[in-house]
Amino acid sequence: MEDALLVSRLQFAFTVTYHYLFPMFTMGLALLVFVLKTIYMRTGNDLYNESARFWGRIFAISFVMGVVTGIPLEFQFGTNWAAFSAFTGDIIAQTLAMEGAFAFFLESAFVGLFLFGERRFGQRVHWFSSLMVFLGTWGSGYFIITTNAWMQNPVGYRVLENGNIELNDYWAVLLNPWMVWQFLHNMGGAVVCAAFVMAGLGAFYLLSERDHGYARIFLKVGVVSGVLASLWMLFPTGHFHSEMVAEEQPATLAAMEGLFETEQPAGIVILGQPDVENRTIDNPLVVPRALSFLIYQNWNAEVKGLEAFPEENWPDNIPLLYYSYHVMVGLGTIFIAVMVLAAFLLWRGRLYGSRWMLWVLMLAIPFPFIANTAGWLTAELGRQPWLAYGLFRTEEGVSPLISSGSVLFTLIGFAGMYLIMGLLYIVLMVREVSHGPQAEGEPQEEPGGVTA
Amino acid sequence: METIWFIAVAFMIAMYVLLDGFDLGAGAIHLAAAKNDRERRTIIRAIGPVWDGNEVWLIAAGGTLFFAFPLLYASSFSGFYLPLIIVLWLLMIRGLAVELRGHLENPLWASFWDAAFFFGSSLLIVFYGAALGNVVRGVPLNADGYFFQPLWTDFSPFSEEPGILDWYTVLIGLLAFTTLTAHGANWIALKTENALNARSRRISLAFSLATAALTLVATPATFWVSPWMLEGFLERPYGLVLPLLALAGLAGMILLPLSGRDRPAFFASGAYVLGMLGSTAFAVYPRVLPAVDPQNSLTIQNAASSDYSQAVGLAWWSIGMVLAAVYFVLIYRLFRGKVNLEDEGY
Repeated sequence: MEDALLVSRLQFAFTVTYHYLFPMFTMGLALLVFVLKTIYMRTGNDLYNESARFWGRIFAISFVMGVVTGIPLEFQFGTNWAAFSAFTGDIIAQTLAMEGAFAFFLESAFVGLFLFGERRFGQRVHWFSSLMVFLGTWGSGYFIITTNAWMQNPVGYRVLENGNIELNDYWAVLLNPWMVWQFLHNMGGAVVCAAFVMAGLGAFYLLSERDHGYARIFLKVGVVSGVLASLWMLFPTGHFHSEMVAEEQPATLAAMEGLFETEQPAGIVILGQPDVENRTIDNPLVVPRALSFLIYQNWNAEVKGLEAFPEENWPDNIPLLYYSYHVMVGLGTIFIAVMVLAAFLLWRGRLYGSRWMLWVLMLAIPFPFIANTAGWLTAELGRQPWLAYGLFRTEEGVSPLISSGSVLFTLIGFAGMYLIMGLLYIVLMVREVSHGPQAEGEPQEEPGGVTA
Repeated sequence: METIWFIAVAFMIAMYVLLDGFDLGAGAIHLAAAKNDRERRTIIRAIGPVWDGNEVWLIAAGGTLFFAFPLLYASSFSGFYLPLIIVLWLLMIRGLAVELRGHLENPLWASFWDAAFFFGSSLLIVFYGAALGNVVRGVPLNADGYFFQPLWTDFSPFSEEPGILDWYTVLIGLLAFTTLTAHGANWIALKTENALNARSRRISLAFSLATAALTLVATPATFWVSPWMLEGFLERPYGLVLPLLALAGLAGMILLPLSGRDRPAFFASGAYVLGMLGSTAFAVYPRVLPAVDPQNSLTIQNAASSDYSQAVGLAWWSIGMVLAAVYFVLIYRLFRGKVNLEDEGY
């Protein structure tokens, strides 16, 4: 069973991480497409409408990838984690089923209408569909985050005499305080992703001297939403989310920060490598007292280190958790710097001519994906060794009768399929991008000839 | 309350089979019915705006099953481990085929995805049929409510240890294949004109006849492997309305396709699907997963979630279904009529 546990964990980690690359982009993009379409409805500027269509096509391909890679996740609760599903089904199945009953039906109905209904049903229906697609994808996000938030911070249940649990407060689950900050933080991350892609592609078009009118729109919308969203990630959502972690999962916070000993006051480790055997940080670069202040708004507050908790309740992969967290925070800080600078240039009217800034924006495209993945890893590794924090341990959750060989077989199968799907996705993206936002059959514009 | 949820889950599964059934069937016939690229694109276009929504019924049914009967979900999903993962892979391949075929104008690209579409759709139907066959035949549940079954053993009718695929479940898989193929052909006939329409009607008739023949074989076989299937109908004879619906549908499937009434033909195959699934659900009730050792069977009582959970669920589930019905009526009305390749899309 040990092996089956390990391979099942690997399989879930692999499939969920791969899947999440797509929704983190499409949830943000759905909002930006809605913004583009709304600007078109207000101004009548056709370039905005063409932009909405172009990003709609990018959205469609990414959305299909998200749907296709998302189906296995719902199945894996039952196939690989049957004991966990049987134990918590009364609660987490509520939110998972609600995602199906509300968000999926909404999305499936309106994505098709948005993509293929414009000519047939007119602009108002098209705008309305873009709104519904936005609400549907964010609704999906809400139900999934609510499910995850319950695993992070179980609420609204009671323990029965036989040791099982059952739901006793439905609204507590739906309005879990953990969910609020996790949801707002996640959605902000999705917008950061989409904003960087949009601005980066605009920069790419300007640098390659093509599609100038569209490129300026992409830059404008991308940079404005990017600066708002990256600041939003720091405050309020990042700040209050980590206060939540400090309150509900203090051992997780200690591991994230690399804090082995309890300290008063506690500093923040900016750089350094955790040495779990000797319980120290190698090569530390520390800002004194900062952690105490950030968590308790008091420069002298005590912060509990890992030693304060029983070792069997420590997260089981402290170095990876520590690095994920530091990559997320470090990249997030860089995003703020990049976007604030770009927004400043945009405001002064110098962004479109600033080649070095355009280069930075173009090269930045992959990094929000890395930061979001690191953030998700932080949340999930931080929850270990529990599936439902403090309530149900990971090693108890695995399906009882499945051999590690069977799980390995399916893991290899998923890896192979996802590799091919990734290649196809890249081919299709490159094709869309090189074709550009121009509607088919229209004459190519002259470089620099179109006003934004 | 558990009975309401049994009906709700059965209803969602039936909706899934009824709706995704025709687009799976369309995939199974699309190489035979369409003779050139234009006709193949027409078939993809005929299911393009709706297949994704149809498939949502599977996800929503899975979620509802998990929610209403958590033990059933845990037990059956882990017990049918390999076949379920294979179903997932097939769903992925097929979904990609529908969505990606039209993205590159290259004959090799199109042929590859055509083959993937056919392969994925056909195998999925057979697997779904086999899954139903397994439920009817019963699975080797242990006292904890879990089981493990190999994918196949020896296919012998007298086998001590039948696999998930054995002679009976494959038979049901074939019945599902002919049924949904006819259903899909009826849909394509409804959505197309001229040569494609005529060919679809002929395919529909051929597979309807095969369905009738297989029904004649599968019905006694079912009562032979699971004699208890008759009990429900003997105790509650009003349930006989379901097999009668299936029979009426079957008659319509054979009589209607060639007379040019495509819509009634499509409803006839739909009625057969509903009648057969309804009969099975009715006969299985109140079990949800029959065991080889009847003591270990999962029933609506011992597999259900808590009363509070079920009661709360009923409120949002009803709202969700009303909304789903609104979306579906809307989308099917918006995209009604024959397929026109000049419109944008797929």
